Amino acid sequence: MTIEPRFRGLLVLGVVVLLLPFALPNSFYYDVAIRIAINATIAIGMNLLIGYTGQISLGHAGFLGLGAYGSGILTARFGWPSMLALPVTAIGTGLLAYLVARPILRLKRHYLAIATLGFGIIINIVIGNEAAYTGGPDGMAVASLSLFGVEVTGERVWYGLAAGVLVFVAWMMVNLVNAPMGRALQAIHGSEIAARVAGIDVAGLKVRVVVFSAVLASVMGGLGAHYSGFISPASSDFMHSIELVTMVVVGGMASVYGSIVGAAILTVLPQVLGRFEGWETMVFGLILTLSLMFMPRGIVPTLRLRLVRSEA
Amino acid sequence: MFVELLQFLLSGVTIGSIYALVALGFSIVFNASGVINFAQGEFVMLGGVAAVTLVEAGVSLPFAVMLAVAIAGVVGLLVEKLAIEPAKDADEVTLIIITIGASLTIRGMVQVLFGKGAHVLPSFGGDKPLRVLGATILPQSLWVLGTTLSVVLMLAGFFGKTLLGKAMLATSFNKLAAQLVGINANFVLFLAFGLSAVLGALGGVIIAPITYTSYDVGLMLGLKGFIAGTLGGLGSGYGATVGGLLLGVLEALTAGYVSSAYKDALPFVLVLFILFFFPRGLFGASLTERV
Repeated sequence: MTIEPRFRGLLVLGVVVLLLPFALPNSFYYDVAIRIAINATIAIGMNLLIGYTGQISLGHAGFLGLGAYGSGILTARFGWPSMLALPVTAIGTGLLAYLVARPILRLKRHYLAIATLGFGIIINIVIGNEAAYTGGPDGMAVASLSLFGVEVTGERVWYGLAAGVLVFVAWMMVNLVNAPMGRALQAIHGSEIAARVAGIDVAGLKVRVVVFSAVLASVMGGLGAHYSGFISPASSDFMHSIELVTMVVVGGMASVYGSIVGAAILTVLPQVLGRFEGWETMVFGLILTLSLMFMPRGIVPTLRLRLVRSEA
Repeated sequence: MFVELLQFLLSGVTIGSIYALVALGFSIVFNASGVINFAQGEFVMLGGVAAVTLVEAGVSLPFAVMLAVAIAGVVGLLVEKLAIEPAKDADEVTLIIITIGASLTIRGMVQVLFGKGAHVLPSFGGDKPLRVLGATILPQSLWVLGTTLSVVLMLAGFFGKTLLGKAMLATSFNKLAAQLVGINANFVLFLAFGLSAVLGALGGVIIAPITYTSYDVGLMLGLKGFIAGTLGGLGSGYGATVGGLLLGVLEALTAGYVSSAYKDALPFVLVLFILFFFPRGLFGASLTERV
């Protein structure tokens, strides 16, 4: 049986996801794995925007925060079931993303960075100030998730859910980037004018990608909030937006698996750096700078290139 | 009523001057390279923290100020040499993340070397407030305004009259053409980072007696300076100055009349508004993209 090359990666991912539970010794490692899966899913969505389409977002933590707090507030303060709160929040986030992105995306690329940066910080400030709903700087407790009347609880169930979503999104993305729409996005990255001349609706496609990645961040933010049972404004601050972009860039732009590797590194790194009391900011900054100086394409594309060269 | 307004305007112009200095730094680097340098705010912090530390170590105030600005300038040059130049041909996103990485490194180093505490610098000309038409102004505010004005005038002279300044301008208009007439574009970029770091640090030093300074003030100051630059149209020197002052005044008015909790949100609301309705900034020239 032959497998198309583009699905080989998916097969590896599927095997890793299935075998990982046998290698996870205790619930601490499960927790790390679940958070990697959630972050990786967000990063894959952002990679479609940053890596494939060549647009910069510095405010995706804002969308994540909207999803987390939207779902958290609707369930805790208004008594909505989480199965209704999650999609309603996602639609709301998508609409907001559309309203922000639509006028901006006609402009040159770094304006999107400025606009998303501004949007993300506004969301963060609103979350920090509206204590009546959000609990303010102290954060708020979030009810657990229930799907079809069954409460999602326990590390194995959560792992299954998060890993399942990750594999599904990765599969969707591998198909998408090889479909006409994915090729159109890469054409926009190459040259917007050339893409327009070739008949691609540049602004329309860019808006769709922004909305898609925002909705994905919102849904995963909501899931993450229900999973950990607690959210704080830090989940939506500027630094978290930077962490999300870093997952994409360090792992590898325009590489679905790169985003997973990037998310894994950025999720595990703070745990490791936590031992270096007071030094973590500096070490994080150095790792970020050095890895991009020596691997400007990111880890996975650089390794792949090296592998191809050594084969030839 | 009038006195209150005047008071808000005075404090707005003071903090706006700092935003203007940061925005000028952003513009200089952006002009030289098209890079948005997110480490700019850290130079502001570095200037303030270094000056405080030197004064606490017994160095006289004027000397500490000069030394602090010089330290930040050297750090700016190092950032360009060590982090930006080796990655010059990388993607725009990659370059932005590298500057963010550099800013985290600087912030982390300051945190390790000087600790997390907040410090205040002694003011340059006494602490006795002066009365202006019923409102009060700190002598330090006059220092801030005077310094900013002289910096803007000196920059205008530098870019308009000196060969080096003209070379930097030429590079920002057309890098290839500038290189063809013998301008070293790499050196221009090197210089731009040093100059922008000096401007930022100067802002950090002169504002330190009014606001507290600590290792983490750079992020917000940098972001607001960046917004100020965007308001004026990134790349325009006068735009950066006016954008900074405008932002400071509007922020002070918001804090005074609307809500001090949402004061920090104003710059970002403003920038979305500007991008929606004046996409080139208030003073940016209209450009057509070359293919």
